[in-house]
Amino acid sequence: MAEDREFQNFTVNFGPQHPAAHGVLRLLLELDGEVVERADPHIGFLHRGTEKLLEHKTYLQGVPYFDRLDYMSMMAQEHPYVLGVERLLGIEAPERAQYIRVIFAEITRMLNHLLFLGAHGLDVGAMTMFLYTFREREQLIDFYEAVSGARIHAAYFRPGGVAKDMPDGLADKIWEFTETFPGKIDEYETLLTENRIWKQRLVGIGIVTPQQALDWGFVGPMIRGSGFAWDLRKAEPYDAYDKVEFKIPIGKNGDSYDRYLIRVEELRESNKIIRQCLKQMKAGPVRHENFKQSPPYRGAMQQDMESLIHHFKLFTEGFRTPPGEIYAATETPKGELGVYIVSDGTTKPYRVKIRAAGFNHLQAMKYMAKGHMVADVTTIVGTVDIVFGEIDR
Amino acid sequence: MNDILRVVHELGGGLFGFVWPGVWTVVKIAILLGIVMFCVTYLTLAERKIIGWMQIRMGPNRVGPLGLLQPLADAVKLFFKETLIPSKSEKLVFILAPALTFIPALLGWAVIPFSPELVLADINVGVLYVLAISSMGAYGILMSGWASNARYSFLGSVRSASQMISYEVSMGFTIIPVVMLAGSLNLKEIVLSQTDLWNVVPLFPMFFIYFISVVAETNRAPFDLPEAESELVSGFNTEYSAMTFGMFFMGEYANMILVSTMGSILFLGGWLPPLPFLSFIPGIFWLALKTGFLLFVFLWIRATFPRYRYDQLMRLGWKVFLPFSLLWIFLTGAALHLLGKA
Repeated sequence: MAEDREFQNFTVNFGPQHPAAHGVLRLLLELDGEVVERADPHIGFLHRGTEKLLEHKTYLQGVPYFDRLDYMSMMAQEHPYVLGVERLLGIEAPERAQYIRVIFAEITRMLNHLLFLGAHGLDVGAMTMFLYTFREREQLIDFYEAVSGARIHAAYFRPGGVAKDMPDGLADKIWEFTETFPGKIDEYETLLTENRIWKQRLVGIGIVTPQQALDWGFVGPMIRGSGFAWDLRKAEPYDAYDKVEFKIPIGKNGDSYDRYLIRVEELRESNKIIRQCLKQMKAGPVRHENFKQSPPYRGAMQQDMESLIHHFKLFTEGFRTPPGEIYAATETPKGELGVYIVSDGTTKPYRVKIRAAGFNHLQAMKYMAKGHMVADVTTIVGTVDIVFGEIDR
Repeated sequence: MNDILRVVHELGGGLFGFVWPGVWTVVKIAILLGIVMFCVTYLTLAERKIIGWMQIRMGPNRVGPLGLLQPLADAVKLFFKETLIPSKSEKLVFILAPALTFIPALLGWAVIPFSPELVLADINVGVLYVLAISSMGAYGILMSGWASNARYSFLGSVRSASQMISYEVSMGFTIIPVVMLAGSLNLKEIVLSQTDLWNVVPLFPMFFIYFISVVAETNRAPFDLPEAESELVSGFNTEYSAMTFGMFFMGEYANMILVSTMGSILFLGGWLPPLPFLSFIPGIFWLALKTGFLLFVFLWIRATFPRYRYDQLMRLGWKVFLPFSLLWIFLTGAALHLLGKA
């Protein structure tokens, strides 16, 4: 044994195969006893080259790739992309399609926040939450299935509207869900919100000051937790968000508990938005009716030569966009998801850059975890609400 | 019952001669351990079922009717798996550790009185014996974490060492008022002293602290820090597989039953019925009922609460429970003095 061996801190590899790693997070934790001296996030285990792949797909074929970015809030990821393509084309989705998109964007927000609640509970050790929230997620995923046929990777939003109108009776089912859902949220809150242990584990953990939140480019619930009422749905409304009323919950202390409360509150707000949309929605077309850019109706295709040609051209070659560049961003459950598209006038984008919220949030891991204990690292990983699909892309 | 016993004794005496008392003790131990192990296996099923119902799911229901054969299937699986020994581990200690956790959990049963007659070893230091044996459990976990030579295991065992020792202290202090009231360390005497009034009434806060302390001492949620899944993967038993893991597992459940039984004996009047006219029902039934209730609470809090953090747990033990228990010991002494009982 070498006697001049230096005393070293205890280094632990947290992940990528760790039960609380939320996928493939790898943190190198330097520990002094139980206290974290340094938490160094390593990324890239789920890199699939989405941005590069998009350069080789027509605009329509690009949509499904967005489901697979943040695979816990699927349709919300499609949203900025289809908005970007629409803006490139200079078209707007018909009103009904806009409402449907808002409804499903909010359903997606619920899906994501429910998973957050469950997983965060599990991280902190309250395992029952996970099964409670998955009961409601199941119903929401059924709505996904009803409109798109897929339970997770929907590819339902399309440039110029949505793929299909909602099936008969779905609106009533969603309405029924929104009637009971606030009661379910109360149920979750009785388990956690005022629970002493829950508060002891969350209050004052992973504090982000307003200045830090700005410096690190935080978005979504993470920046709202630090006291900024920054929400793209209000700041630059898209689709039907300017026609509905909702509040933006903000936090005071910027700690994990505030962010938890914000997400619970957003569940309630989403519920309200969905109800307003269902009330305001009128019958009408759900896709843009220039059939050079959106698929013609199936019935017309069997009667009409033009439609058949449009269909063939659209699904083989795709549609052309005027040259130019566009940045479109929406408020996904995790924050601002931006899509920057450069078009060279062909049917495929020249370059697509995706600005994922989780990437910016993860960089703060190092600072948020410093000085806390090992147990708090899982709390912080939970509160940041990361999904590796969108970070590694 | 007594007739059967007499016949057995006559037959045994005839067969084994003067060795018979020794043989008879072995038979008694075997029966006791058999029952304990049966309870352990079915406690695992009960846990999965009850927590399943609390979490709006079914729990195991595939193996046998209502999943009743599930524990057997689990046991068979664990027996036939390969015991992996990490190459960097300290092999002897690695193998010894699970045994050291499991055996004390069974040894404690020797002094537990199930009814006035049914007790294996009716010794006068019963309470001390149980405390001494149960604190040995910490060694097994400590050794396992050290011998695994893995980082998460090491963190887990360090946590468990401090946790189990701290809560051993607060558990010990909650028992002192009970001993003061009974005036004896013999568990049978302690139960008999509760004939008029169960200890839970005058010593309710102590019962409360006792229960929380034993939850912490048996490493159960919300104090399952040594094996905290979301932090330490599986803590001290991360590197264990097959029956070595099975021993930890059974040790934990045997310990749960032991401390619940101790709780019923110390605070809930052991085999005594809640109302005197119910005494026609055998005492062992009441003891089982009370123990079952405490075990249910074990599972209930597991399904409800998030996990404590290491430093919070220590603070709770040393800064809240310990001073409060000491105060209560003082109050009990003062009350006994004023009532002229001591």
